[in-house]
Amino acid sequence: MKNGKLIVSPSPHIHGPLSTKRLMSDVLIALIPAFIVSVIVYGVNALIVTAVSVAGCVLFEYLIQKYLLKGEPTIGNLSAIVTGVLLGFNLPSTLPIWMILLGALVAIGVGKMSFGGLGCNPFNPALVGRVFLLISFPVQMTGFVTPPKVDSLSGASMPTEINADAVTDAVSGPTLLGYVKESLANGLTTEDIANRLSYNDMLLGFKSGSLGEIAAMALLLGFLYMLCRKVITWHIPVAVLGSMFIFSGITWLIDPMHYMNPAFHLLTGGAILGAVFMATDYVTSPMSHKGMLVYGVGIGVITMLIRLWGSYPEGMSFAILIMNAIVPLINKYMKPKRFGVCPAKIR
Amino acid sequence: MNRLRLLTKGIIKENPTFVLLLGMCPTLGTTTSAMNGLGMGVATLFVLTLSNMAISLIKNLIPDKIRIPSFIVVIAAFVTIVQLCMEAYTPGLYNTLGVFIPLIVVNCIILGRAEAFASKNNVLDSALDGLGIGLGFTLSLTVLGAVRELLGNGSIFGMKLPFVEGDGILLFVLAPGAFIALAYLMVIFNKITAKTKQ
Amino acid sequence: MKSSLKNMVIVLLAVTFVASLSVTAVYEVTKEPIALSKEKKIRDAIAAVVPEFDNNPSETKIVQNDGKEEIVIYTAKKGDEVTGYAIETYTKKGFGGEISLMVGFRSDGTIYRVETLSHNETPGLGNKIERSKSDFSVQFEGKNPEDFKLSVKKDGGDVDAITASTISSRAFCDAVERAYEVYKTISKNNNHE
Repeated sequence: MKNGKLIVSPSPHIHGPLSTKRLMSDVLIALIPAFIVSVIVYGVNALIVTAVSVAGCVLFEYLIQKYLLKGEPTIGNLSAIVTGVLLGFNLPSTLPIWMILLGALVAIGVGKMSFGGLGCNPFNPALVGRVFLLISFPVQMTGFVTPPKVDSLSGASMPTEINADAVTDAVSGPTLLGYVKESLANGLTTEDIANRLSYNDMLLGFKSGSLGEIAAMALLLGFLYMLCRKVITWHIPVAVLGSMFIFSGITWLIDPMHYMNPAFHLLTGGAILGAVFMATDYVTSPMSHKGMLVYGVGIGVITMLIRLWGSYPEGMSFAILIMNAIVPLINKYMKPKRFGVCPAKIR
Repeated sequence: MNRLRLLTKGIIKENPTFVLLLGMCPTLGTTTSAMNGLGMGVATLFVLTLSNMAISLIKNLIPDKIRIPSFIVVIAAFVTIVQLCMEAYTPGLYNTLGVFIPLIVVNCIILGRAEAFASKNNVLDSALDGLGIGLGFTLSLTVLGAVRELLGNGSIFGMKLPFVEGDGILLFVLAPGAFIALAYLMVIFNKITAKTKQ
Repeated sequence: MKSSLKNMVIVLLAVTFVASLSVTAVYEVTKEPIALSKEKKIRDAIAAVVPEFDNNPSETKIVQNDGKEEIVIYTAKKGDEVTGYAIETYTKKGFGGEISLMVGFRSDGTIYRVETLSHNETPGLGNKIERSKSDFSVQFEGKNPEDFKLSVKKDGGDVDAITASTISSRAFCDAVERAYEVYKTISKNNNHE
């Protein structure tokens, strides 16, 4: 509110006692359990990646705000830290530091500040950074290290004839989704794969993947916390995960030999991280509850389409970005009900 | 002086890519390297100058109602000529530019200049106008191509930079990188032109 | 100028006539260089993949049709002796669709060299199938597909796939395999003669 003039800014408008800072610190608290798991599984590397990503995001936001936009510093509202943590959570633990910094620069510089800063960005900045890195450095971004404490993909041992990569490079391996997609494409059936999976490990996080996507339980804990603190409503996460469940359930029922079951799809990849933390970003999700449901179902369906028939094993981040682009349309046609206004007369 | 301005206005003041935002399809599609950008730019420059001259020559003979079809026929003829010449004498460039050469026909810069300038001015002015706009287009495409090649491949005009190893930032040689690079070049361009105006 | 039906017809006819006349003229002039450059392209591609020869391989062109696409075989000869075969093969399993390769075999069936003619693979990833971009295609050289299994190691073959581009590597193997099948029938026929 510089100059004392009324400033009309794009949504969302902050109202009530909630401040951006309080919301963001609640999101950060909700991310702590997943962070702890990633440090347990990946060790000090997880710490370094997240720290570099956060530091990069905060630094770039500060520099751009101060020297390019020449405005008041905005890093105090913690949103850059949240972006940094989410970006770090979407990266493999082995990514070189300069790539993390580049990702942070793109996330903050291109994804957020180019559009005018917090509240004006149409796309989730952390995902802009991640997708930029994924497309630019596919080799490094998909070279996941199997966690040291896990002797194979998911804890259970895997026959060597399939894990041929292990011969040349003992530590790097595909994510579960990538592995399953590869195996199914090579004519294996879900039964062959099923006895190598351990759902317990998948729940607890002992599997290879990006830092923050591995621990389903810890992410759900964060979800519960955010629900209790009323930081987010249930609509988006439930719509995303529910539509993924139904979609994969249908394909699984039609052909259980070639499509994995719904539980597998919900527990692997970035499904929970995306549904709970990325898709629910205030700025880039619809305002009305009905809109949120449409948006969530869109994300779930696109994710499953990419996972089952696309060329990438995981489609969560693309799905969220695609639906981000549609949010203004959703907002236009699904306005929140105005308070105290009679419904339109029935003609 | 006036003629000189005709020649230079396309480079900054009426730059077809950064100011008029015309011809975006070849701009985004062909600029994967500085050489491709330059080749596309020069091909367009040829067609633009020649068609401007031809249209200016026959402008008084064409009835108003069939203005556009006549212009398109003239432009299409020149594009075909350029395409045949490129296929014969620069087969390498012809192969990389591929479908974008025949697409010069529908490049709105060319029809735009024919309609807005060549059909109202004399032959010399029209030639200078086509040359100027074409130069601006060539320059922007080369710069965009160079930026994308530099970031995406770590090379410039096919020469690898000495201190860069491995691949560059792949996104920039792909289509989304074209949009991002173009947007930021436009920012820089606007910044520079805003300064010179003051 | 005012438009009337008469002048519109006359002017449009005149414009199209002059335009087609000039295009025809340029076409006549460039016909020969275009044919030459196309010829040269094929000859260069053949020369790159087979050992020394002194005939004009284009004259030995055999076209085989496998029901879907054409496979072209060029025979390289030195004197009367066959030194190798250049086989233009394809695959549709590439990440970006069709990949077209020129595979050169020595007369004993070992692969001499593989050149990529055209492809739409991702720059920086799949385009490493090009010989100038990475050593991926070099590993085929000097190998005889009889004891060198033409599929990536992940699928139980002998080929080291390009990192993060298994699909392109697989497609490449598919195309080479197809060329080898053709080679086998051709060399058998030649030996019978």
